[in-house]
Amino acid sequence: MLHRTQRQGLALAWKAGGETMAGNGSDANQDKARRFRDAALSHLDDVYTLARYLLRDTADAEDAVQECYMRALRYFDTFRGSAIKPWLFAILRNVCRGEFARRSAALHSIDHSIDGKTDDDEDAVQPLWQVPQVSPETEMLRQRDAETIRRLVADLPDPFREAIVLREINDLSYREIADVVGVPVGTVMSRLARARCMLRKAWIAEEGLPK
Amino acid sequence: MTCNEAEILLHALLDGELDAGHAHQVEAHVENCPRCAPQLRAYRELQQAMPVAQLHFTAPASLRQRIEKAFPAKPRRVPNRRSLLKGFVMGTALSTAMAASLVVAVFRTDQDQRVLGDVVSAHVRSLQANHLTDVQTSDQHTVKPWFNGKVDIAPPVVDLTAKGFTLLGGRLDYIDGQAVASIVYRRRTHVINLFVMQGASSESHESRLGTMQGFNIRRWTAQSLEFFAISDINAEELQEFVNKFDAVLHPANGT
Repeated sequence: MLHRTQRQGLALAWKAGGETMAGNGSDANQDKARRFRDAALSHLDDVYTLARYLLRDTADAEDAVQECYMRALRYFDTFRGSAIKPWLFAILRNVCRGEFARRSAALHSIDHSIDGKTDDDEDAVQPLWQVPQVSPETEMLRQRDAETIRRLVADLPDPFREAIVLREINDLSYREIADVVGVPVGTVMSRLARARCMLRKAWIAEEGLPK
Repeated sequence: MTCNEAEILLHALLDGELDAGHAHQVEAHVENCPRCAPQLRAYRELQQAMPVAQLHFTAPASLRQRIEKAFPAKPRRVPNRRSLLKGFVMGTALSTAMAASLVVAVFRTDQDQRVLGDVVSAHVRSLQANHLTDVQTSDQHTVKPWFNGKVDIAPPVVDLTAKGFTLLGGRLDYIDGQAVASIVYRRRTHVINLFVMQGASSESHESRLGTMQGFNIRRWTAQSLEFFAISDINAEELQEFVNKFDAVLHPANGT
C-alpha cells in the first residue's frame, strides 16, 4: 500500500503545480482544469469500482484513483476520443501496473501474464479451462447476494477478472476493452469466454451442488 | 461454423457485438448443436443472474473531496476591495439575469417537461410491449418511404451500422398530441429511439442533454424538424450518436 506521507507528497506536488498555473494567470489552464473536472469527475464511481476489482484493497484503490485523476489532468490535452471513461480506465490501469505492482502482491500476476506472455501460457497455467467444460452448463444458477458475487469476481485470475469487470460491470464494448487493455479484440473475446466459464463454475461450486 | 468458433462467438452474440449476418450464423449453428445450445443457455443465464447494479462501488466522500480539493479550479487569491466591489456588481447583474431567465424557464418548463415525459414513456413502451419496430429492416431506403402518408414530415433516415449504431427499423409513435416518426437504432444491447417531429420554429438549435428516469435524452432542432434521441446508453455515446447522425446528414458541416 502507498505510504501516507508519499500520498500527501503527491497531492502537494500537484497542488503546487496548480498554483503555478494560476500564478501565471493562465486562463487556458484554469479552463482546462474546469473542462477536465466537468468531463471526468462524473466517472469517479466507475473508476473507483474498477480500481477496487483490480487491486482488491480499499486503501490502494483510493490512492490509485487519486493518482489516476492527477495524471489524467496532466495529459488532458492529449485526450482526443469521444468517450472519456475508457481513457480514464487506461490511465488507471497504468497506475495500477506501474506504481502499485511493486507494492501490491495482488497485481503481481497481471504483469506476469501480460508482459511477454501469450494466451497460450495462460492456458498452461490454467489447464483446467483448456478442456471443454460439460458439467456447468447443465446446472441451474441460484440467485446469490451481491457480496458473494463480488467475491467470486474478485477471485478470478487477473486478465479474466479485468475483462469481465470492464464488460459486465462497466459496460464497455469489446473495442473499448481492447483499447484499455492493449490487446486485440479477439483476445478480449476469448478472455471473456474463459472468465465466464470460470465464474459460472465458481458460482455453482459456491452453491455446494454436486457437479 | 465449427463448435470451437461458436463457443467463442456466442459470447459476442450475448454481448450484442455481432452484426446481423454473423449473429444469424451463430444462432443457426447453436440451434442445431447439442454441445453449443446448453452453453448459450448457461451463459445467458449467468449474464442475467449477475446483480450488476450492486456490483458497483461508490467512491468514498473523502476520496472525492481529496480529488476536488486538488483541482486548481478557482484562483485562491485574497480578495481586495476593488474585486469585492466588482463581485458585488457582478452578483447583482447575475441575479437579475437569473431571475429573468427563471421566468422564461418556468414558462418553458411545463411544455418541455410534458414533451420529455411523452418521449420517455414512448421509449419505455417501445421496449416493454415487444413493439419496437413497425417496419423492421436495416435498409434505410425501406424505412424512409414507409413513413409516407403516416406522418406529415419526411424524417431523415440514415444507416449508421458502419459507425457502430445498427439501424433496426422504424415505428409510428404519438408525442405531444401528434403522430411522430421513431427511427430505432441499436448500440450493443442498448436501444436508441430517435423521435422526429415537426419543429415549432425554423431555427436550428444545438443538441442539449437531459436525463429523465435514468434515461439520457438529447434534443436538437434542424431544418424545422425537432429531434429527440433517447436511450439508456451513457451520455457520451449518445452524443457520439448525435454527432455521427449529424455528420452523415450534413457532410458539409462535418469535421
